[in-house]
Formats: sequence, structure tokens, C-alpha cells
Amino acid sequence: MRKRLRPELAISLSVLPLAMLGACASDAPSVLEPAGPAAASVERLWWLLFWISFVVFLIVLALMVRALRGRGRIEDAVDDSEVRWGEPFVALAGVVVPWIILTVAFIISLGVMKELATAEESEDLTIEVEGRMWWWEVRYPNGAVTATEIHIPVGERVRIKLTSADVIHSFWVPELQVKLDQVPGRVNELSLQANKPGRYRGQCAEYCGLQHANMIFTVIAEPRAEFDAWVANEAKPTVTAAGSALRGRDVFMDNSCVGCHAVRGTEAGAELGPDLTHLASRSTLGSAILPNTRENLARLITDPQSVKPGVTMPPTSLSSDELNDLLDFLQQLT
Amino acid sequence: MATVAERLEEIWGEKPGLATWVSTVDHKKLGMKYLYTGFIFFVIGGIESLLMRAQLMRANLNLLEPETYNQLFTMHGVTMMFLFATPVLSGFGNYFVPLMIGARDMAFPRLNAFGYWVFLAAGIFLYSSFLIGEAPNAGWFNYVPLANEDFAPGLNIDFYALGLIFLGVSTTGGAINFIVTAFKMRAPGMSLNRIPIFVWGEIAFAFQVIFALPLLTLASVLLVLERKFDFVFYNPDRGGDPILWQHLFWIFGHPEVYIVVLPAFGLASAIIPTFARHRMIGYTYIVLAELAVAIIGFGVWVHHMFATGLPQMSMSFISAASFMVAIPSGVQVFAWLATLVAGRPVMRTPMLFIFGFIFTFVIGGLTGAMFSAIPFDQATTDSDFVVAHLHYVLFGGAVFPMFAGLYYWLPKMTGKLLDERLGKLSFWLIFVGFNLNMFPLHILGLLGKPRRVYTYGEGLGWEIHNFLSTVGAFILAFGILLTFINWARSARNGEPAGPDPWNGETLEWATTSPPPDYNFEAIPTVRSREPVWAQPELREGPQPPELGGYTLDKGHVTLSTSVLDAQPEAVVHMAHETPWPFLLTVALMVMFYGILIEAWPLAAIGVVASLGGVLGWFWPSGETQET
Repeated sequence: MRKRLRPELAISLSVLPLAMLGACASDAPSVLEPAGPAAASVERLWWLLFWISFVVFLIVLALMVRALRGRGRIEDAVDDSEVRWGEPFVALAGVVVPWIILTVAFIISLGVMKELATAEESEDLTIEVEGRMWWWEVRYPNGAVTATEIHIPVGERVRIKLTSADVIHSFWVPELQVKLDQVPGRVNELSLQANKPGRYRGQCAEYCGLQHANMIFTVIAEPRAEFDAWVANEAKPTVTAAGSALRGRDVFMDNSCVGCHAVRGTEAGAELGPDLTHLASRSTLGSAILPNTRENLARLITDPQSVKPGVTMPPTSLSSDELNDLLDFLQQLT
Repeated sequence: MATVAERLEEIWGEKPGLATWVSTVDHKKLGMKYLYTGFIFFVIGGIESLLMRAQLMRANLNLLEPETYNQLFTMHGVTMMFLFATPVLSGFGNYFVPLMIGARDMAFPRLNAFGYWVFLAAGIFLYSSFLIGEAPNAGWFNYVPLANEDFAPGLNIDFYALGLIFLGVSTTGGAINFIVTAFKMRAPGMSLNRIPIFVWGEIAFAFQVIFALPLLTLASVLLVLERKFDFVFYNPDRGGDPILWQHLFWIFGHPEVYIVVLPAFGLASAIIPTFARHRMIGYTYIVLAELAVAIIGFGVWVHHMFATGLPQMSMSFISAASFMVAIPSGVQVFAWLATLVAGRPVMRTPMLFIFGFIFTFVIGGLTGAMFSAIPFDQATTDSDFVVAHLHYVLFGGAVFPMFAGLYYWLPKMTGKLLDERLGKLSFWLIFVGFNLNMFPLHILGLLGKPRRVYTYGEGLGWEIHNFLSTVGAFILAFGILLTFINWARSARNGEPAGPDPWNGETLEWATTSPPPDYNFEAIPTVRSREPVWAQPELREGPQPPELGGYTLDKGHVTLSTSVLDAQPEAVVHMAHETPWPFLLTVALMVMFYGILIEAWPLAAIGVVASLGGVLGWFWPSGETQET
């Protein structure tokens, strides 16, 4: 009985992973659910490589099961006869067949690599994305500067220029593109295209220190008209504040906020932290780890270390009136 | 008139005691020391991984501080690569290379002792960083600029860089010793084509170490110069290039994978013929494949850098080489499978671990071939997929063979058998636990989860896979614990093993278990690739002189033979036990601590003391050479 069971156990063990692969959650930023042409090419390549590997693995498994059918005991005499099929089998299964398969896979993979390569001149929109510890600055040709959220027009190839202000980061939107590093002192380029409108999760893929885990961003693909309106608004300086927001602006200018953040249209022009000119138009805070609500904003200002331990932003202690005014100011930065 | 054995015992015996514990040069005692120390580091690295898995079990857990997590994953990698895998395989090599080739010790016994002490000292040096809470925290490949003084002002990275420079002394010395031993100390008649595959594995490993390790040392020296003396190599703000570190590191780092895997493959090749009751099919293919891996392994490092934005042309060459390096690994797998199919496998614990090894390593090898495809690599590198891949290769390809090796060779080392039922239970827990631990990480990587993140959010579909992985890690840990319990129980009251419990093929089975200090009463003359199977006289005691046995019982000597055909050339004098390697190591450790904390007088004392140590080591003992 026991002898019968083991090969079956081995086979079921090999099928289990397949079942797990089938159970992919659809809310994940999955490489296997591509939303753009580049990611689609990679997905096709993956399935080719997967099925080749799966067949090879089954062959190995079959040979192991076959070997288990003729068991011996340690006292058995040694068989030192030459096996006629032995070395030819090793040469065929170990050298010839893999050589052919690997050559084919190599050539196909080079083709996919060419597909992914940026077509240098065709894109009319270039977005600069600079990695910072631990957030992303996004700059558009019309002067718009934002953080964390990269808006792109749907269905168009957009060129992304990748740089870093400090250490090495890596730009990865699994549903749209392969990843590419952001290396200080270098400029890397990538093309991004989303086939349908939506929000695509991106995350830093190169370990970059304490808050690497919370260096997240979002690519927002929207119809051209919406994109144009958004990018035009983002380029504008902020509106004139009034009432409590005006008092909040003074709080901003009198405290450490002004030392790091820019609000275009005011005297605040520092570039150490994210540009806040249109903070209220963004849906998240802290590099996409918190929804952009009044409570979260307050928490981020008064106790940033509790939100993101190790972040360079210092805590700011304010009276509740001052804080409320400051929040009023920040929340009207649309 | 004393017997030959008594005379040899008189010449070779080391007196038990604390002094000998420090001054021994016996390759078997040193081999055991390597194994014990290496497995202690394995336990430490394993506990680190359990802590990480606990933190990742659910989304948004706060069991560990981010800084702690980052130090843990860095030290987990450093420990498992440098303080566990390499030393344990060196330990097996130390113990068994001389026995398998019929020598009385390694070629340079004192260098051997020095290698062990430096390994231990470097391990203590690296781990002393935890005492001040500043363990290395930039990942085991320690990318700059994150490891520059600007972003890592503490001592964390200095511990890393100096620790690895220090450790490199040990590994390099050991590698030279393996090469000379395997080429010059073989039993008469053991021509190149009769060298056991395990010994070939250690030779391939040693050559890789000699060519690869200097690059790690170089990269680390440059880093220390940049951090402590204001040189510029990597800092982009001052004209350096951070990509230089990656090149230097990975020209070492990829061969390091084979440095770990090749001797482990050798272990598998030592066990398979014995437990398949069949001579190895494709010996020549396997040996050539091991050497091919050792060479091609130097041409694939850039596949760790496919996402850094290098030119497509240079990436294509490396991609081709990376696909190609799969072939020699495949050759070995199919040679093992052919031997298993042709033979009649004996499913004892060592063989179970070999089957587990083939199963897991093949999965790791196949995903490895996937990474040769540039676009697929760019999509999944630095995700959990790569974590899964590297563990299937390294745990599957090295730890499974090591455990097979423990069950196979501990009876030789201790003279006592291990418990078979406990061994099998341990195997199944390790096998199931490992796959449950690591397989879900493939899926997590495809679902977009980057590696090296201390936490992750809810609602991304990552929870279930992380939960399963953590459960698997604890099952795996329990399985490993059972083997250690088995080991301890057997050492205390195991059944006596006898000289040859497995009817083995190679020379280590032609002497007692454990072997005497002089290994063999008569150094045998070998007439076959599988001497103990082909020469029945070897099972019956020392080989008589008329069949070619050399007793060499007139001095502390062993036989040196020619490289190709192993013709006897000379009788060489072997070094006696000495405390100097230990003392020299202590002096070097003082020097490294001096550099670490920039206490230059302390470093100077270390340098002077080291010179004294070298002087003492080489001081003529007054013994005359006899040939």
C-alpha cells in the first residue's frame, strides 16, 4: 500500500501549486493581468516559459517515480555493469534537447525585449519621475509638479524619464511595464501605456532604506480630455487664500513646513519635500499609504513618525486653532 | 614490538584537552568544528527568518521595527551565504576530501586550522554588531549609495565590509588547500578520472573561490576607503559610480551561488551511487559539467542587473550565457536520474533528502532559466518571485544535500547510526514545510509584491500567500529541529555504525568509524573509480604491502603523488599541532576592531601582533625533513 501512495503524493504535490496559481486575486497589481502592451508581451513570455518548465518538471518527476518502482536494500550487491542507454541518454536529455529549447527561448525573449524598448521619437509626452527617500516627485513638461500620482492619457505611449535624488530606487507598475531602476547620476527611460482607464499600483522595487516598504505610487490613466484639464490645472499657481485658510497660510509660513515644501503662488519654494501646490487634488498622503483625509493630514503634520517611522519630516506642534487653520489652507489647495 | 597501529597512534595522536582544542590541525577535528559552527549560524539565520516570517504573516503587523527587520534580512542573507553554507560545505570537504583520496591530512594543516579560526572570528565580528544595535542593514548585496557614509553613517556597513574582508582570508586559504590536497595528496593509482565526484565538486568550488572572492574583497576595500578615508569610488555626487559596486559584487556574487551549490552537487553524487546500488552513469559528463558551471558562472553576473538600464547588446550576451549555464546543471540532474532509474534505490533517509533535493532544485533551476529571459527578469526581479527562486536553488540545491550528507556521513564521523524513523519524519516536515514556505512567494512576486518590505497593506491579495508561507516556515523549522535532536541523540546513544554501514564505494568506508587520527593504517593503492566496491581487500582491514598499501609508520608523514596519474613522488612531512593559527587570528581580530572604531593605536597593535604570529608560525621547529 505504502509504495503505491508515494508517487501519487508526488504528483498531487506538483498539481497543488498550479491550483494556487489559478487562485490569483484580481485586486493585486498582478504581472499576470496586464493592462498595457508591454506587460502583455511579458505575460505571454511568462506563460511560454511556464509551460516549457512545467513539461520539463513533469519529465523529471516521471523519472523519479520510475526510479522508485525498483527499490533495493542497502545490502544488495552493486550493479557495476555498463548501461548502454546511460551516457547517450545524459547527452540527449542533458545537452541536446535543452540546447534547442533554450536557444528558442533565448531568441523569443530577445524579440520581446525589442518590443519593450522605447520608441525614442514617437511619444509626445515626457514625464520626469524622480525617486526620493521615500516618495516620488512627478514633473510634467508644462511645469506641473506633483507627487505620488502619475496621471497619463489612456491609450497613448508616454515616455517616463527616471532619475533619483538620493539612493537607487526602482520604478515598477506590474500591470503596465517591467521595472527599471532609478540610479543617482543617471537617466533611465521607459515607456508607459495603459489600454483602459483606471488606477494602477506602483511600488519601489529596489531596497532603499527604512521606508522602502512604504514607497508606493499610483498611475492614473484617464481619457485625453480629462488628462489635459488635470495637467493644465496642476501647472497653475495656487488660488489666493481667504479667511481661516489665509491664517493657515501664515501658520505654514511661520513653521517648519516652509523649509521643505513648495506651494507655487506663495513664497514657499523649497524642494526638499513634496510640492503641495495642489495637495488637495491628490487622493493619498505619505506616498500612497494613507487616504487624503483631514484626520490623516493632521496626523501626518503633528506626528509623522507614527505614520512612517524614519521619515525626514519633523513633527510640528501647533495649537488646535493653528492646526485647524493650517488644515483649512492645505485642503483648499485643489 | 608495537603494532603498526600503535606506532601510528604514537606519531599522529593528539592529546585530548583544552590546549589541543585550540591547537589541533587534524582535518577531521577541524571539519567537525566547521560543521558545528556552521550549523549554529544556520540556527541563528533560521531564527532571523522566522522573525521575519512572523512579521509578514498578516498585513500591517508591527511585531518588528522597520530597522530591526532590515537588519534581520541583511544578516539572514550574510549568515546563510557566508557563515553557514560555505563553511558547512568546507567542513564536509575538510573532513572527507583527505579520507576519500586516501591521505592522512590536508596539504597544509596549519592553514586549515587558521581558516577555521578566522571563519569563527569573522562570524563573531559580524554578529558583535548586534551588541550595539548596528548590524548591517543594506541587504546582503549592500548596494551603494544606500551603503555610503551619507546614507549609512553608523558602523553597520563597516561591520559588513570589514567582516567580509576578514572572512575572505579564511575562504581563500581553504580553497588553496583544497586544490593542492586534491591534486597532490591522492592515494597511488587515483588518476584524475578516478577522483570521486565530491572531490571534483570541492575542486570546482575552490577554483571559483580563488577567482571570485578577490572581487568581493576589492569591492569591500574600496567601500572602506570611501567611508573611512574619503576616497571616491561609488559616490555619484563626487564623480563615482554606484553601478561599479554592483558589477564588482555580482562578478563575485553569482559565482558565490555555484560556490555553494557545486560542492552540494558533489555530495549528491557521493550518495546516489551508494544508495542506488549502481555505479554513477555519466561520470565524465558530471565532472565536465561541474567544471563548465565553474567557468560559465563567471559570465552571467549582469543578469542580476538587467533592471539597471544597461545597453541591450551587453545584456543579450549575458542572457545567452545565463541560458547556457542551465545546460551543465541539467546534465548532472539527468545523470543522477539515469543512475537512479538504472539502479535499485534504497529509500533510507539520505536518499529521501536526495529525492527532495532533485525535486526542489529542478524547480529552482527552471525558474533560474526563466530569469535568463531579459524581459521576464525585468518584470519579476526584486520581487518575491526572486526570493522563491533563490531559496529553491540554495535551500533545494544545497541544504537538502547537506542534510543528506549529515545522515550519510555522521555515522562515519561519530561511529554511531542516526535514528531512521526520526530522520524520515524530519525529512517530510522539511520537504512539506519548505515548499509551503517558499512556493507561495512565486505567486506573491507575480502579484507584484517587492522583496525586502517589512510590511504590506490589506486588500492587495497578498495575505493568504504570506500566511501559508509563514506556516510553512515554522513547519520547516520544526523538521530541522528534529534532525538536530536526532544528531544529539545518536551522539549519546546511537547504534554503532561499523566501518561501512552503507556498503559505500569510496575510500572513507575503508577505515574505522570514526577514523583514527592517522586516517588509514595503510594508505591504499587504488585500481578503480569505486575502490571499495572493486577491491575487496579494502573491506578487510589495512591494505597489505603486496597489494600496494603504504604504512609510512616512521614519521609524521603522508604520500604525495603526481597530478595526472597519482604516481608516488615523495613522502612529505606534515605539520604538528600548534596554537599559532589561533593566536594569529586573535591578533587579526584586534586589528579589524581597531579599524572598525578607527582606534588606530589598537589597529597598530593588531598589525604588530599579527606579524609576531606569522613569525611564530614559521619559526623552524628543529625537526629534519625525511623523504
